Amino acid sequence: MSKAIFMPKEKDFRLAVIDRRLAGINEIYPIMSSKGGVGKTLISAVLALILRDRGYKVGLLDLDITNPSAHTALGVSIKELPEEEKGVKPLIADGIKFMSVAFYTQDKPLPLRGWEIDNVIRELLAITIWGDLDYLIIDTPPGLSDEALDAISYFRSPKPLVVATPSPLAINSVRRLLQLLNDLNGLKVLGIVENMANEPSKRVRELAEAFSIKYLGNVPLDPTIDEVIGDTSKLRNTLLYVALKGIAEKNLGPNP
Amino acid sequence: MHEWALAEAIVDYITKVSSGKKRFKRVTVKLGELQSIDEEILRFSINEILKADGIHVKELRFEKVPAIFRCRNCGYEWSLKDMEMDEEIKELIHFVPEAVHTYFKCPKCGSRDFEIVGGRGVYVVEVIPE
Ligand SMILES: Nc1ncnc2c1ncn2[C@@H]1O[C@H](COP(=O)(O)OP(=O)(O)OP(=O)(O)O)[C@@H](O)[C@H]1O
Ligand SMILES: [Mg+2]
Ligand SMILES: [Zn+2]
Repeated sequence: MSKAIFMPKEKDFRLAVIDRRLAGINEIYPIMSSKGGVGKTLISAVLALILRDRGYKVGLLDLDITNPSAHTALGVSIKELPEEEKGVKPLIADGIKFMSVAFYTQDKPLPLRGWEIDNVIRELLAITIWGDLDYLIIDTPPGLSDEALDAISYFRSPKPLVVATPSPLAINSVRRLLQLLNDLNGLKVLGIVENMANEPSKRVRELAEAFSIKYLGNVPLDPTIDEVIGDTSKLRNTLLYVALKGIAEKNLGPNP
Repeated sequence: MHEWALAEAIVDYITKVSSGKKRFKRVTVKLGELQSIDEEILRFSINEILKADGIHVKELRFEKVPAIFRCRNCGYEWSLKDMEMDEEIKELIHFVPEAVHTYFKCPKCGSRDFEIVGGRGVYVVEVIPE
């Protein structure tokens, strides 16, 4: 393995800067699911929008390094690079501070090995100046490999929001993720959101119960959603926005 | 990585490994060529931060490490000067060096599966107190 050409984690001095960069952030919510295509990206973008609409200072960070798509969900143009000022200032879209590797790959493929992905994550975290934020929402890649878990390893007390769907295939996969998260000492999972479900399913509720985590609520299947992706004013009128807003009001923020 | 962010990281590191010493004879930093660091800006940024922290470094030395790539498919090795890179792409790679995988392939076999064997990253190799 070629891992040796990079500094071991403890000697990599980017890490000290990363801590400093994240120091002004209050709550960090990685949106996670080992299952692909369950709506992580869409939920990340819409949740950021909802929290912003409630008046919070919000950041959205896309850590799906090889397949970034949060900019598409939010309709952010990646043509222009984020401004430089003693680091890189996230782009502001709809009042949300936004950062993604897509600015640097211009949406072209970025074929990388696991340790290279980790390197990109460190680089992004080291250059991005978030300033003060109430919430940082993180879109993460699917899977259970290093790259999915590395996406949360740099943050002090991240609270993952896990996305599942009622499909037994998703549940089986998400169970494995919950087992892994369970093994991370002291990690508090915010809860499970059940996406593409017109009502709460017994299966997902039982899954949440089995791991003693909160079932935050269900988000119905919204057949119009693909027509409005990238248009934030239309996204605000979707079933998805309304359902997630209810979930956010009940479970996030100072008066849950 | 951006010069100012890098400068902060370097000064943080010096402070950490020297347990708060304030005067140094020499600090040597290796700069990977792929990062296309502007040495003047980096020197300026480091000096600003050192000044603010009340630290004195007599000699701040930079050493450039050439960027070298190796194809995992055919084993061919090449360097940065074998690649034509316009300013725009150079800037993108300056921020995220791995983006080199987006814009380049092995010049011999065309594979995208190559590794950066040298010239990525920045290392503090020497911190000598007075
Ligand atoms: N509640 C919903 N109703 C209808 N369609 C939805 C809903 N949530 C997500 N989708 C659709 O499902 C698809 C996948 O969504 P998304 O890309 O957000 O998932 P993901 O988990 O981020 O995928 P990946 O694992 O590839 O990153 C998209 O086409 C999206 O529009
Ligand atoms: Mg996604
Ligand atoms: Zn080759």
